[in-house]
Amino acid sequence: MARSSLKALSLIKKGAEADLLLDDDWHGRKAVLKKRVPKGYRAPQLDEKIRAHRTAHELKLLHRAKELGVPTPAIFLIDVGETTIVMEFVEGKPVKQALEGLSQEERVRLCRRIGELIGRLHEGDLIHGDLTTSNIILTSNGGIVFVDFGLGEFSKELEARGVDLHLMKRALQSTHYQFVEECFNAIIDGYKEVVGDDVAKEVLKKVNEIERRGRYVSERVRK
Amino acid sequence: MYCLGIESTADGFGIGIATFEGEILANVVSEYVPERGGIHPREAAQHHSKVVGSVLKEAFERARIRPKDLKAVAFSQGPGLGPCLRTGATAARALAVYLGVPLIGVNHCVAHIEIAKLVTKSQDPVTLYVSGGNTIVAAYEAGRYRAFGETLDIAVGNCLDSFAIEAGLRRQGGLPLGAIVERLAEKGETLIELPYSVKGMDVSFSGLLTAVVQLLRSSHYRLEDLCYSLQETAFSMLAEVTERALAHTEKPEVLLTGGVAANKRLQSMLKAVADEHGAKFCVVPKQYAMDNGAMIAWTGVLAYECGMITPVEKSFVKPKWRLDEVDVRWLGVR
Repeated sequence: MARSSLKALSLIKKGAEADLLLDDDWHGRKAVLKKRVPKGYRAPQLDEKIRAHRTAHELKLLHRAKELGVPTPAIFLIDVGETTIVMEFVEGKPVKQALEGLSQEERVRLCRRIGELIGRLHEGDLIHGDLTTSNIILTSNGGIVFVDFGLGEFSKELEARGVDLHLMKRALQSTHYQFVEECFNAIIDGYKEVVGDDVAKEVLKKVNEIERRGRYVSERVRK
Repeated sequence: MYCLGIESTADGFGIGIATFEGEILANVVSEYVPERGGIHPREAAQHHSKVVGSVLKEAFERARIRPKDLKAVAFSQGPGLGPCLRTGATAARALAVYLGVPLIGVNHCVAHIEIAKLVTKSQDPVTLYVSGGNTIVAAYEAGRYRAFGETLDIAVGNCLDSFAIEAGLRRQGGLPLGAIVERLAEKGETLIELPYSVKGMDVSFSGLLTAVVQLLRSSHYRLEDLCYSLQETAFSMLAEVTERALAHTEKPEVLLTGGVAANKRLQSMLKAVADEHGAKFCVVPKQYAMDNGAMIAWTGVLAYECGMITPVEKSFVKPKWRLDEVDVRWLGVR
């Protein structure tokens, strides 16, 4: 079962919605347990429904991403009762950390590949919902794995795609300001490759529009 | 040293007087109560213009000060309903020019946060500001109150009020519609499934309203159960986004402000969120929860002390003025 045994699991991260736990020996494998914990403030009936729904939804997204050719962690077990997903622990580094140590050429190549993968998700009407460099892992053997689809959704809308890419840009701006331009441009190049010039242009237009909305104007001026 | 504040963003017309030390000497509110339905902006503005004189007089009497004792006149410059804002702004300009004191345009949302911080003595909270016109989760970050999450369509108070009006509920004995929904909800027994819409840090209430109104019209459900389910669903969404903001910012306090802050069920949910993250829970007292002049007066003091004066010729109202467009210089160093 998800609770594997009585041994203590180490907490990787306590999010607002779920706890991420690390199990070094889940039937001989290193696994991550994503457990959506009950929220005392919600009526239990509502709480259970929300957690069950989101657990199932996240699985659908993870699975669909794979079908689209975007690597996501292998799922080992779903415990609906415990609203827990047991999945592969992906060995590697978040792109957030990896970017620093790369040469310019490697950086651009990596970002281009990331852009291609985002393009594949969007072409399959899948929106990641939390595209940051922390949620993309560069594996030890050079692969790229997308994680945490907890805020994801299925959508064909331009707006949703725009928000997705905009978030990516914002993540780059906040943590990798020295090479935002070069990274984002490379991502867009890769994205274009997959979705085509016309669609990419529309999505980029949306990204610009989103940037210009009140909420972010102040930040643009302050820069 | 005193500052007078005029609030007139929607259905309430209020005048408050605050000392520069943060003591509230007067807080008089006159509410426009529509015969039926929701707020008609022009009718509300007409009500405000009728009561300006009497409310002003009462405020000075309560505060036991004379007009010439004032150091500044503040007014809610936005966001809000245009006609209502203009009435308050006109009164403020006239008073400031007549007395020869500076005019200060105050952001209504910032004022809701500042008055709540003043009276609850909170320092650096994650704030959930909920009212008939606004629904925002905000926290201070680098010079401004940043909106971490907000409604994508209607405000939660608007959702509750619209439902109440659909259900034919009327205000009784000075109780706002939201309070009547709250009373009915306390008698609810069955939780009915309604759309729960959280998108990242943002919330959406329009689908929820449509759904609950449809169920109401079907006449298959008890009104008490509908009120209960509506509250549970809407407030759970708010608690969730507040929790996300709290987990993200790791602030030490959770502050609940705005008209809907008076709701006991919402208070208990937010307290649970705060407890879980080891944060202190603060809620604004009732007289400062609804729109009021005291919050404008106090925020006027803060702005005045930082030299944030609004020249009369630049005192146009801003019906869509966002919370995060304001430099809150009084919170000092970056």
